[in-house]
Amino acid sequence: MNDNFAEKQICMVYLTRIEHFNAAHKLYNPEWDHAKNEAVFGKCANENWHGHNYDLYVTIKGIPDRNTGFVFDAKKLSVLIQEQVIEELDHKNLNLDVSFMKDKLCSTENLAIAIWEQLAYQLPPGVQLHCIKLCETSKIYVEYFGEVN
Amino acid sequence: MSKVAIFRKEQFNAAHRLHNPQWDDTKNDAVFGKCNLPNYHGHNYELIVKIVGEIDPETGYVYDMKILSDLIKEKIVERFDHKNLNLDTVEFKNLNPTAENIAVVIYTILRPEIEADKELFITLYETPRNFVEYPIN
Repeated sequence: MNDNFAEKQICMVYLTRIEHFNAAHKLYNPEWDHAKNEAVFGKCANENWHGHNYDLYVTIKGIPDRNTGFVFDAKKLSVLIQEQVIEELDHKNLNLDVSFMKDKLCSTENLAIAIWEQLAYQLPPGVQLHCIKLCETSKIYVEYFGEVN
Repeated sequence: MSKVAIFRKEQFNAAHRLHNPQWDDTKNDAVFGKCNLPNYHGHNYELIVKIVGEIDPETGYVYDMKILSDLIKEKIVERFDHKNLNLDTVEFKNLNPTAENIAVVIYTILRPEIEADKELFITLYETPRNFVEYPIN
């Protein structure tokens, strides 16, 4: 191999894996009565649930390994997301079936944070989780970068 | 006059599960898999309504898109959006809410609303990768 630019520089690269899951949920605050839930959450508070096709973008960052050229093996990342996230969420009711959403409001925001928590500590040294982008519909998505105050 | 096809897209988000009440749990699970899970799951359904007809020489339209949009919203989206298809709709009280059956139901609701000399076709996306058509072109 001739002069390898990547070996001489510290090149931070972002790698994104896209996955999908389908789930039911409702937006409902149990501390409020039905009227207030309906006033705040509208049709999203429908007591019998509704659902979405969620698209999940998991972005990690790191310096490509000098032996493999990978930030992280994309297949291993896929398996990790499948095991930690998709198997828990796909074809489930987010309010009733998902242990890591228990007692949380099932908004897209809170779901993105919970997905971050599921993945952030599973990555090897040198690989960091950068962003969870979660699309609830073709018009609505949230991004979480792990920022806390 | 030549015939032209026009299309209108709308969306609704709904929960459902696939379940045949005449089968036991084992058979439902074997046939429908995770789509049979008891607490429902959901989809962003994308609906494409296609109308084929002659262009009206006075308007230049096959069908007024605004009228079609209002019709789909009133008859379909308001009925199914943010609902549980199994629990909240009369159409699927006794009918399994598969994409196939939902497409046929939508066709049946819209067909009487559109003049008989125009052809109607329904395409329904359950996910970006699974979709059905009714009737067959």
